[in-house]
Amino acid sequence: MASARPALAVWKFASCDGCQLQVLSLEEHLLELAEVVDVAYFLEASSATADGPYDVSLVEGSITTPEDEERIAEVRAASRTLIAIGACATAGGIQALRNFADVDAFAEAVYAHPEYLSTLEDSTPISEHVEVEYELQGCPIDRMQVLEVVSALLQGRRPNIPTHSVCMECKMAGHTCVMVAHGTPCLGPVTNAGCGALCPGFPRGCYGCFGPAETTTTGSLAAWLRHEMGVSQRDLVRSLRTYNAAAAPFAEESRRHDASRA
Amino acid sequence: MALAAETARVLDLEGLEALVEALHARDYEVIGPRVRDGVISLAPLSSAADLPIGWSDDQRPGHYRLVERGDDARFGYAVGPDAPKRWLLPPHSEVFEAEGDGTGFTLRPAEPPSRRFAFLGVRPCELAGIAVQDRVFIRDDLRDVTYASRREDILTVAVHCGEPAGTCFCASVGTGPRAEDGFDLALTELVGEDHRFVVEVGSEQGRELLAAVPTEPAAEGDLTVAAAVTDDASRRMGRDLDTEGLREDLLGALGSSRYRDVARRCLACGNCTFVCPTCFCTGLVDRNALDGSHTARERTWNSCFTIGFSYIHGGGIRESVSSRYRQWLTHKLATWQDQFDVLGCVGCGRCITWCPVGIDITEEARAIRATAVPGGGAR
Ligand code: SF4
Ligand code: SF4
Ligand code: SF4
Ligand code: SF4
Repeated sequence: MASARPALAVWKFASCDGCQLQVLSLEEHLLELAEVVDVAYFLEASSATADGPYDVSLVEGSITTPEDEERIAEVRAASRTLIAIGACATAGGIQALRNFADVDAFAEAVYAHPEYLSTLEDSTPISEHVEVEYELQGCPIDRMQVLEVVSALLQGRRPNIPTHSVCMECKMAGHTCVMVAHGTPCLGPVTNAGCGALCPGFPRGCYGCFGPAETTTTGSLAAWLRHEMGVSQRDLVRSLRTYNAAAAPFAEESRRHDASRA
Repeated sequence: MALAAETARVLDLEGLEALVEALHARDYEVIGPRVRDGVISLAPLSSAADLPIGWSDDQRPGHYRLVERGDDARFGYAVGPDAPKRWLLPPHSEVFEAEGDGTGFTLRPAEPPSRRFAFLGVRPCELAGIAVQDRVFIRDDLRDVTYASRREDILTVAVHCGEPAGTCFCASVGTGPRAEDGFDLALTELVGEDHRFVVEVGSEQGRELLAAVPTEPAAEGDLTVAAAVTDDASRRMGRDLDTEGLREDLLGALGSSRYRDVARRCLACGNCTFVCPTCFCTGLVDRNALDGSHTARERTWNSCFTIGFSYIHGGGIRESVSSRYRQWLTHKLATWQDQFDVLGCVGCGRCITWCPVGIDITEEARAIRATAVPGGGAR
């Protein structure tokens, strides 16, 4: 039986480890997971590793160095199913703010010897480098979604991962809409569900942690925020440039409003 | 409309409290209006003191604010984001659980709800919304268990409307501001020095309930004042919708350029469908244990604004936002009539207020009609 268990690997690229921590914080489910899969490579959990190939690879982090580019190709070659997890792996992460700036200027400001650095101009998602079977969005991911994807793979069915707006979760949860009732700016209408509308439940606007939803009429929301709710151009740009800054629907909209680079 | 003088009674504020107590004594979970997080929303009530005393609302496209009335009206507001739908067709409900035994599965259907619901302060448009969903879920050839088991034992104490919101248009679609039927009891609130409620009885259950609380016979003058409350409200509707020939006009203008225009504004967020008291679409989700030994099938609200909604082999049929908006608008205002012989819109205005970018179904319908070309088609 043990040998029949699919091998699972967890990989890290440029990231904060928060998504791997979500996997670890599956707690009681972690034991169930370990019963149905063989955790072959997961350095954050254990230094004992097994060689590939792996049936399922969870990949955290974005590609930011030439070395990353080589390593992700190796991971892909060793994995039957590759699942990119988190905003870094699916959109480039917060570190993709460099895509809107001059990375050499950053390096010079931060490091005494920037000449020792070897880094890429942009921070990019895994899917820009290799083929990806599934993407779990979110900064961090929803740990139950990891369980759901693995479960679906084991049962041979489609995973139930929502691709619609946070608004739908928000209404199902019975939260008061902070946009309409409080005049609080909210990115929920263009953000992918997955968090259970956490912020509107504490009446805050959605910060867009889960990245763009399947449909994003970002221009319409931006126009409403600017002209009906009095959000400044600067605040609008900053709200679109967080964990998913480089995701196309957010990046394109923030560029449209970015006066400094117009 | 004239009130039935023979049966009408009058209830004072103490009587209202006694009514809530009588409902609790009959083991109903009493659902009614409460102020919560800046809105008047439906929630369980423990007493009449929980009502939104002295509160009203300012509603416009994409805008809702609580407003102090300056009096102590209990029902001086228009509908909030929740309709009784949240209780009768919950956002999440279990369909069944299945336990695997190695060779097959044992199915355990979901338990019916443990409480029956009494809706206090339910509005005429909401009664109409329930009647519309009844046509969808409880038919001669079909009885939806999730809905029917919650719906069939409800009790309704309706309140006719005196304060329509800026987004209301029940008068256009004939569902309000005075309810004609579909209630067990119906109140008209008369605010003032002699704060009282004129009560009409709509069913035997209502009559029995009313007998348990202190009331007085309604005077002729009370009935006149009560009728004036809703007559006045019907003249103060914030929106209107011309239903004459609406179905034909909309179905004749499916190619309207207005759908491309609205698609530039619509976020496809689905809020309009979730707040709508008649929208009935749901999806099924299986949640199974990792080892496959156990699964729970759950039913959740779904919306034609998602791509997955129209998914068939290979992808969604309605990829464009314009096609999704058109599905919503034409279903509500046109094809619903072919399906259920009633308009799919009861004029509550929720989709207008709770659209984050203020898209107004009445304005869109008007604009789409304006693009129709005589003899068929649209610009
Ligand atoms: S609070 Fe935000 S997420 Fe919730 S319905 Fe309103 S706009 Fe959508
Ligand atoms: S379509 Fe809009 S106005 Fe009509 S019943 Fe639904 S939410 Fe109310
Ligand atoms: S308008 Fe859309 S969500 Fe509402 S009932 Fe029709 S198809 Fe369903
Ligand atoms: S009409 Fe408004 S509420 Fe409905 S999906 Fe479009 S943006 Fe959302």
